[in-house]
Amino acid sequence: MTVSSSTNAVKFPIFMDYQSTTPCDPRVVQAMIPYFTEKFGNPHSRSHAFGWEAEAAGELAREQVARLINADAKEIIFTSGATEANNIALKSVGAFYKDKKNHIITVVTEHKCVLDSARHMEQQGFEVTYLPVQTNGLIDLEQLKAAIRPTTLLVSVMAVNNEIGVIQPLAEIGQITRAAGVLLHTDAAQAFGKIPLDVEAMNIDLMSISAHKIYGPKGVGALYVRRRPRVRLEALFSGGGQERGMRSGTLPTPLVVGFGEAARIAKEEMQEEAARVRYLSEKFLKAVMDDVPDVFMNGDREQRWPGCINLSFAYIEGESMIMAIKNLAVSSGSACTSASLEPSYVLRSIGLNEELAHTSIRFGIGRFTTEAEVDEAIRIVSGSIEKLRAMSPLWEMVQEGIDISKIEWAAH
Amino acid sequence: MAYSEKLVDHYENPRNVGSFEKGDDNVGTGLVGAPACGDVMKLQIKVNEAGIIEDARFKTFGCGSAIASSSLVTEWVKGKHVDEAGAIKNTQIAEELALPPVKIHCSVLAEDAIKAAISDYKSKKHNQ
Repeated sequence: MTVSSSTNAVKFPIFMDYQSTTPCDPRVVQAMIPYFTEKFGNPHSRSHAFGWEAEAAGELAREQVARLINADAKEIIFTSGATEANNIALKSVGAFYKDKKNHIITVVTEHKCVLDSARHMEQQGFEVTYLPVQTNGLIDLEQLKAAIRPTTLLVSVMAVNNEIGVIQPLAEIGQITRAAGVLLHTDAAQAFGKIPLDVEAMNIDLMSISAHKIYGPKGVGALYVRRRPRVRLEALFSGGGQERGMRSGTLPTPLVVGFGEAARIAKEEMQEEAARVRYLSEKFLKAVMDDVPDVFMNGDREQRWPGCINLSFAYIEGESMIMAIKNLAVSSGSACTSASLEPSYVLRSIGLNEELAHTSIRFGIGRFTTEAEVDEAIRIVSGSIEKLRAMSPLWEMVQEGIDISKIEWAAH
Repeated sequence: MAYSEKLVDHYENPRNVGSFEKGDDNVGTGLVGAPACGDVMKLQIKVNEAGIIEDARFKTFGCGSAIASSSLVTEWVKGKHVDEAGAIKNTQIAEELALPPVKIHCSVLAEDAIKAAISDYKSKKHNQ
């Protein structure tokens, strides 16, 4: 297939950080605007038309979000985003069942908000198993089965990883958890709207969703909470009992409407968009990985969302790469871009040695990426590889036939 | 990360990138750092009979601060006597480039690289 390239000149910097966030789709903004001004009612006001209008808009959005995952609208609880949804899925569900079951299972490559929630639960007396991942970033289903105990309440596994883009085998995981009578939660922040998700077919009991990763507004998300069989939880927020008592607080109608519209567009255009992203992703990979020595992909090459590309450029340190490709807005797994000086825990978890972890960059391709932008990105990345390797003492040694792993480096 | 103009200039237009023949008797080579830490610097100096550094080259695997620190020291050591060059302190490098606190180790590495290159040169002379 071909993708028509933008006729306009490419504008710098080129946004290639679609995992961090996405721009709002203009259609989303159009849908939201009336709800800031003339349709400003509190959706919980029952006594007048302003409230009814806002409530109807919120309910349509709830339906639009539910449809994308084959859920019932009543099972969608709006939150401030995926971070809050993940906190509720772990802490609130844990709090409700803690007298019966006190063990949860999650994965070492989960997002910080899941791992930190799990740590918090450990302090509350829960036992937590952190499953390792294989070198392709995927969990081993046999290890999952072996980790389940009679006291296991919940398994939390993310759908698409935010750093390396791999897709965990949710359907297979769902079969295991359902058979064992264990709840399955998935953090779908990076998957919702991009890959098909079906809470029935996959036996998912709880799902965290974010709007701003799918061209919706920041500040809104959702938690899917299964009704049959019913998943119970102890709400984090006390208040007016909105969202069926699970999340008090006035619904932000404009944000919720935008979220619904973003979900509607995602459902309609998912197939076409995925094909387009895959085409651009393959073009990029051929030019900067397949045709260049010592560039490696982190995470499984096949079982992945193609719009998240994590590459290690051996013998080039990540931050210097980011500076060299400053016209591309990307993110790095390298320590040097963070205050902690520790390379990404996700990259370490897939067994990537620290040398390569220091050289990794994540490139994101999304709805508004044009072919002209990808061509420009290829030119910039290829040129920078050449420039920085010419400056790299490691590259020079490797070209001279020196095995740098045999050198006794002085750690500093 | 917000870097100073000087630092960005050294990163974008690095001075004296390259290598000398490391077997040459008048060349001293310093290789410091470790790939696992994300920084490796190779600094080479070419020294004349009077002990003056006539030329310098570097290659660096590292962040922008590491590359800029190495580029800067190649400029600073040129024309200096080896003993004078050996007295360059990391604090001077950090100050010149306005390194942010988390990048101070890059200047330490650059100071170490100068010292290692001088020591390599001196041990070659000693063994002659």
